[in-house]
Amino acid sequence: MNNDITPNEVCEHTFSVLVDNEAGVLHRVVGLFSGRGYNIDSLTVSEVDSVEGYSKITIVTSGTLSVIEQIRAQLERLVPVQKVSDLTRDGRSVQRELALVKVQGEGDDRINSMQLADKFQAQVVDSTPESFVFEIVGSSDTLDRFIGEMRHIGLVDVSRTGIVAIARGADEM
Amino acid sequence: MSKKLYTGGEIILKALGDQGVDVIFGYPGGVTLPLYDKIYQQNKVRHILVGHEQGGVHAAEGYARSTGKPGVVLATSGPGATNTVTGLVDALMDSIPLVCLTGQVVSNLIGNDAFQEADTTGITRAATKHNYLVHSTDDLARLIHEAFYVATHGRPGPVLIDIPKDVILGTGLYLMPEDVQPRNYNPKIRGDREKIEDAIQLLAAAKKPIIYVGGGVINSGQKACQLATQLVRMTGYPCTTTLMALGAFPASDPQFVGMPGMHGTYEANMAMHQCDVMFNIGARFDDRVTGKVGSFSPGSKKIHVDIDPSSLNKTIVADIGIIGDAGSVLEDMIRLWDEKQPTINTAAIKSWWNEIEKWRGVRCLSYDQGEKIIKPQFALENLRKLIQGSDFYVTTDVGQHQMWAAQFLHFDKPNRWMTSGGLGTMGYGVPAALGVQVAHPESTVVCVTSEGSLMMNIQEMDTIAKYQLPVKIFNLNNKVLGMIRQWQELFYDNHESECDLSGGPDFIGLAEAFGFKAIQVTDPDEVCSGIEKMLTTKGPVFLNIEVDRNENVFPMIPAGAPHNEIVLGPNQNLKTVDDKSNVMA
Repeated sequence: MNNDITPNEVCEHTFSVLVDNEAGVLHRVVGLFSGRGYNIDSLTVSEVDSVEGYSKITIVTSGTLSVIEQIRAQLERLVPVQKVSDLTRDGRSVQRELALVKVQGEGDDRINSMQLADKFQAQVVDSTPESFVFEIVGSSDTLDRFIGEMRHIGLVDVSRTGIVAIARGADEM
Repeated sequence: MSKKLYTGGEIILKALGDQGVDVIFGYPGGVTLPLYDKIYQQNKVRHILVGHEQGGVHAAEGYARSTGKPGVVLATSGPGATNTVTGLVDALMDSIPLVCLTGQVVSNLIGNDAFQEADTTGITRAATKHNYLVHSTDDLARLIHEAFYVATHGRPGPVLIDIPKDVILGTGLYLMPEDVQPRNYNPKIRGDREKIEDAIQLLAAAKKPIIYVGGGVINSGQKACQLATQLVRMTGYPCTTTLMALGAFPASDPQFVGMPGMHGTYEANMAMHQCDVMFNIGARFDDRVTGKVGSFSPGSKKIHVDIDPSSLNKTIVADIGIIGDAGSVLEDMIRLWDEKQPTINTAAIKSWWNEIEKWRGVRCLSYDQGEKIIKPQFALENLRKLIQGSDFYVTTDVGQHQMWAAQFLHFDKPNRWMTSGGLGTMGYGVPAALGVQVAHPESTVVCVTSEGSLMMNIQEMDTIAKYQLPVKIFNLNNKVLGMIRQWQELFYDNHESECDLSGGPDFIGLAEAFGFKAIQVTDPDEVCSGIEKMLTTKGPVFLNIEVDRNENVFPMIPAGAPHNEIVLGPNQNLKTVDDKSNVMA
């Protein structure tokens, strides 16, 4: 066991789970988490290989080291699960999230929201005389800050994808 | 691969036949009618018509545990499928390989709240190791073969295949088992050599070792049990086997110290608590074994061998964790041990045995028979004496009688003891005995039960009688839910809340109505002759023994207490457990 983290410290971990793209597989993974009392902080899923029929599920969870070890072992135990990688533990990774952020406002509010979007490199993907929808990609933390600032201007709605992540470097999963 | 087309029903029976299935336990229904029509037209796979689908699953479990082969169940859609759920979870908890086939409404009605429709794969997802919904007759053979592979590989468990009626009626190609590439599910069988060498070193240097054998050794097969026995004997170390592993090491061997845990022997629990090296092979540190986790065997280094990686470090952190099949790891271990010839500290082992013999000398299982009322322990001790040496199998239900049976019946061979360990399913015993007897028609099969559990699947007595299976039901009738009463006496100020069964039926009359020969025993002097009569009477026999209502199971480690706080008998006061919330866990 890893000794630089105390056994009772709760840490956030990002798992990347490659699964057979078959009916019920997401339910199996989510059911495992709820059935055993593990947290899901974020979850994304999509097919990544239509030839082999694989989907990838990215799950952000938190727990003590022993709970994180259990989560990994329990995920690996599921029959349709092909590979599990703990991106937090196994090395460095890139983590990104996308958000669509709707802001309402006229006059100065429009100008302020555009300036803020520029600062965060967000794109306008829809606009009306009294609203914008911005698309922003970045770390969850960046998204939090962008949405937080928009709240002062006229935030009316947000949709977020949840985190997708991949290991840095040349190796395959 | 032949290009011949078969109906779904034919494919199912062909696949079962090619998987070596000779018997299935089932109950027909609307959507499985076309399959039953094919069952009618063949005689390769025998169908046992049970009284209830839950009974069918337990019967298949009994079959599987006594043969080492997967058990097969067939149920219809809706209520047929939901009735299997308790049995499936039971098999999941005890790692029993099963394949459960359920019918489903026709594909285009799925999701329409059709008659007898239930979301079977949704409901059983957490009740099975894996499950499938079949979409096309062409997939049927492949998925059935895959289900057998998944059920029997790695840590065994139940696998369910949900088959819509149109898939049974439709036609498709058949594939032989060898033509099916099992998917990417390859559990690790062989343990890491380096870790096995470390384990040998640790084990050989031990001064107070214990070998703790679990159900995984029985699941691995008879050879694994022989190897475990060989290891225990070549080291000269004490051996304890869990409730699931009784018989994996011979109970008659002086190196056997009994079962560990809540109702385990004093010597086994003290040895587990005081040992310096614990070698756990195929057990999962169940809470009924460990008691209070923080105080479990505090001074020992632990070696843990398990085929399921999620078992390692789940409750107890292992110093050496070996992922692999029990039989394979034992084989490597014995071979490497022979090569290395490590020196065992014989003087230390001798003084360890002296300590253990002192604990054994406490005779923790002693009881006082008295003259009038039959003690359940006395009845079981006599059963042991009278079946010892014969070819026998025992199933139990759940509760006090189960613990007494585990303490007082001795098993020298694996696969002879069938009990619901993990889930603790009342109603397991009678149908499990039915399944065992179907698999072993010539052997003596005794179901040790008590009236609370018996009533939960009593309809299977009809199945037993209908097929004239010579099952012997050994009913320890105390007219109360004994384990509930025991806990209420010990932890709830003797408030006997809703545990009284004294108004129950006339069991003799009931047994006879089912077609059993019934024997009544009320006097201690009749116990021996009653059991003899039960064993020598042909066909199904029901022995009703009226036993002491107020007897408690001892030794007992209260839930949440450490092993050294074991309570030996009624005269020893229970130590108060600090955390009250832990008491009824």
